[in-house]
Amino acid sequence: MAKRIETKDLNIYYGKFLAVSEVSLTVAPRSITAFIGPSGCGKSTVLRTLNRMHEVIAGARVEGRVLLDGDDIYANGIDPVNVRRTIGMVFQRPNPFPTMSIYDNVVAGLKLNSRRLKRSETDAVVEKSLRGANLWEEVRDRLDKPGAGLSGGQQQRLCIARAIAVEPQVLLMDEPCSALDPISTLAIEDLIQTLKETYTIVIVTHNMQQAARVSDRTAFFNLAAVGKPGQLVEMDDTEKIFANPSDRRTEDYISGRFG
Amino acid sequence: MTDRAKKRAAGSSLPPPRVGDESVEASPDLDPTSPDVLGDGVRAHDVTVVGSSQPLAIGLDGARPVSGAGSAAAGGKSRIGDKVFLGLSAGASGFVIVLVVLIGVFLLIKSVPSIVDDKVNFLTSTEWSPTPGNLRFGIAPLLWVTVIISLIALIVAVPIAIGIALFITQYAPRRIAKPVAYTIDLLAAIPSIVFGIWGATVLSPKLEPVQSFLSHIPLPLFDNKHANGTIFDGSVVLAVMILPIITAISRDVFERTPRANIEAALALGATKWEMIRIAVLPHGRPGVISGSMLGLGRALGETIAVYLILSTVGGPFSFSIFTGGETFASKIANGSAEFNNPASTGAYIAAGLVLFVLTFLVNSAARAIVNRRKEFS
Repeated sequence: MAKRIETKDLNIYYGKFLAVSEVSLTVAPRSITAFIGPSGCGKSTVLRTLNRMHEVIAGARVEGRVLLDGDDIYANGIDPVNVRRTIGMVFQRPNPFPTMSIYDNVVAGLKLNSRRLKRSETDAVVEKSLRGANLWEEVRDRLDKPGAGLSGGQQQRLCIARAIAVEPQVLLMDEPCSALDPISTLAIEDLIQTLKETYTIVIVTHNMQQAARVSDRTAFFNLAAVGKPGQLVEMDDTEKIFANPSDRRTEDYISGRFG
Repeated sequence: MTDRAKKRAAGSSLPPPRVGDESVEASPDLDPTSPDVLGDGVRAHDVTVVGSSQPLAIGLDGARPVSGAGSAAAGGKSRIGDKVFLGLSAGASGFVIVLVVLIGVFLLIKSVPSIVDDKVNFLTSTEWSPTPGNLRFGIAPLLWVTVIISLIALIVAVPIAIGIALFITQYAPRRIAKPVAYTIDLLAAIPSIVFGIWGATVLSPKLEPVQSFLSHIPLPLFDNKHANGTIFDGSVVLAVMILPIITAISRDVFERTPRANIEAALALGATKWEMIRIAVLPHGRPGVISGSMLGLGRALGETIAVYLILSTVGGPFSFSIFTGGETFASKIANGSAEFNNPASTGAYIAAGLVLFVLTFLVNSAARAIVNRRKEFS
């Protein structure tokens, strides 16, 4: 069920401001692609265009094409709601619904679209998703407790469970570990490795070690110059990016010499 | 284990409401080999962050002052400015408490002699003739009319207020939202006597068809008594009067829905309405309830508008809302001419006392409702 993503000449705007220009990249199915680069270079912005979350912000718009297995998700007549059901997202800060129990958080996506499900069906999905997110053993006895009562790392895994409960084709992760301590981070990274077998994963990270640890392919983004829009500098196999990048700017960035 | 860590471990039965029954040991997210103090510290920090990301509803008891944040914590040196400010703020809150207690005491002292002399049951009688020497008065009809007129006002007003607040915060573009919000606020500035005149002369006749339609419902509540100035008319006017306060508070809480919750819903593939249902409404629930209770408080005590609208027909007591009647407040206003001797004045003050207690109970009930699922908010 994993699908390939391609972007073609993506120009991303906030109102009149061109934030990212001319991004063309391909993400293979069942792989992990990391987006790295300095703050403000547009990695998260690019990620959010991949499931049409970018346009949630007032005035934001996109030019160019994003293809999911060849189908343009920005084509006329495509409902962003359906796109987001196919392409799940995990955010920087864990954001379980605070008024819902752990159980209800996991099935929140399933209950959308006024779908009626039997209790036995949702029970199965909850267990499967929580096992998938490596959280089941920790919460199985307190599924009716509030999701917001878990620790930060558990909350983030709950959010991953919520995202995979609807069985998306692609999973986007926007710095999923940046609000977590190192141990929780490790748990999430292990989880990402397992999820790769089922999903296409794109992860934005500030942490280059993390990119090197988890990803198959790495895309390096940078600002063309101060005040200029962000751009994709290069994208290659992760080993190559970190060992022997083709572009001088990538080498400067990963070795700690900026500019 | 340091003393502090021991203390924390020993006191684990103390508040932290958001942590649930989770303990440091049970969580694999924390390194069990790391020093306890550090682990505990991390956890405590997590909890604070979760708590502070939830803006608290207005007017509810969530917003407690932080204890120990004053000058004493900063090395024990006391500053004159802090002392003065502490005195002023403590004095202000103390003043309010004293005032409420004094009003309660006043009501009790003035009303108890009359209640004791009452020849009929004060709570259940439908009579009202506070003649000195032969006091016969009961509050049953007043209580019924006050409660039902306010409840219907609330039932009418709350859905409309939520609708307006959602429109302003979620749907309307800025240039429309602002004027709409402003107009609603303006509604609050209209004096109640204007609402009273409008209700009695303009709205009441216009509601005739609604009355005959609703009277098809076969319940005593909807018996058509073909009266003018009915309880139902009063409810509709009260609904308009309490609309601004409920709208304003709902708008405020809806506006503060955390961006994270909204995006979480949208990223799951929620439509706009589904996003509102799973992110905005649950977040705003306590605020909507407290706003409704403020509105209910105003409706219970509203005097002049109700006084002008309701016809004070005598006759046998009925449970119909399509008849006239009197609320506590309008009864007291109607009876102001009889405040010439302590006994009959006491009867009216007794009615005021019951209204005071009723308002108190309503507020406590609201608080209980809001607190019931505190764990989840």
